[in-house]
Amino acid sequence: MSRETALVSADWVEEHKNDANVVLIEVDEDVSAYDAGHIAGAIKLDWKDDLQDPVRRDFVNQQQFQELLSGRGVKNDDTVVLYGGNNNWFAAYAFWYFKLYGHGDVRLLDGGRKRWELDSRELTDEAVKREATEYVAKAPDLNIRAFRGEVEEAIGVKNLVDVRSPDEYAGRLLAPAHLPQEQAQRAGHIPTAASIPWSKAANDDGTFRSDDELKTLYADAGVDFGKDTIAYCRIGERSAHTWFVLHELLGQENVKNYDGSWTEWGSLVGVPVALGDEPGEA
Amino acid sequence: MCGAKKGGLDLKGVDVDKEAVIQGQVLRGDEPVGGAYVRLLDATGEFTAEVPTSATGHFRFFAKPGEWTLRTLAPKADPVDRQVVAQYGAVAEVAVTV
Repeated sequence: MSRETALVSADWVEEHKNDANVVLIEVDEDVSAYDAGHIAGAIKLDWKDDLQDPVRRDFVNQQQFQELLSGRGVKNDDTVVLYGGNNNWFAAYAFWYFKLYGHGDVRLLDGGRKRWELDSRELTDEAVKREATEYVAKAPDLNIRAFRGEVEEAIGVKNLVDVRSPDEYAGRLLAPAHLPQEQAQRAGHIPTAASIPWSKAANDDGTFRSDDELKTLYADAGVDFGKDTIAYCRIGERSAHTWFVLHELLGQENVKNYDGSWTEWGSLVGVPVALGDEPGEA
Repeated sequence: MCGAKKGGLDLKGVDVDKEAVIQGQVLRGDEPVGGAYVRLLDATGEFTAEVPTSATGHFRFFAKPGEWTLRTLAPKADPVDRQVVAQYGAVAEVAVTV
């Protein structure tokens, strides 16, 4: 759990993309982006069709994840490198799945698709076919996933980090303007949560800020590194980006992503909600 | 982007009375720049949204009324900031040259 083991540069990818044990995987919110052009050799995971349960509100279970990766030709001992658009939101979300299901070596391409494009690096629309494998997923590691009961108990006790935009945190907006489809019944935030938008952890080109800048960012916003932390957003993808920063780059232990996030919390009966720009009381 | 009109994106289907639209085109000289990234920053400089430009260099945001900054990142160019004011009932049209 450090920048050296969790993050790779574009130069690293150029150098290693043809290695037999390296699998590049693109994960986007805009699922048509891959078809228009992807890094040579990269396969695609559709964050919704591939990674969500088709019926229940949950993501794919151990068996489904295992079948997915077997079908796409990923082996347990492969080095998986994830990247995508939207500053790697959905790639970070997929990274969290790979960790949850026990994949050994998984990394994120720093800056994702955006930095790759801004550097005018090559993209191709060539189809990629990998031979099926027999991937074995481990039981989910719930040390990195938080559920609602635990979040309620964390109010005023653990670090709660709300990574949505300030307007969503304050309750002035229910969702980012370009993603109106999944909304909660009520607006606001979980009381005592610190507002630290995911975007503060990244540079304009989508690469992550330095470890020192990141530590200062979270400490100044009230995160106590001596305590356990739960991050949330609206559906769990932006908070996977922050989970990656805290758990993988800064090596903090006991950091969980609450993927139920605001769409769950803001629709629950009887839970406390805070409005406005201040964290609020426990 | 088929159907884009000279001077701006087609506003068919957009209720400009209810939306504070900011849109425009990224150009290098007279040539449109597709695949540039335009970031919408609020009055405090906080990131609000980001879109890649279309093949014709066009972009569009549905903002709230107020002052915004458009920060454009394009290959082989320095970032360019443009200030813009959005309001209901008017389309803020911005040409960004990188």
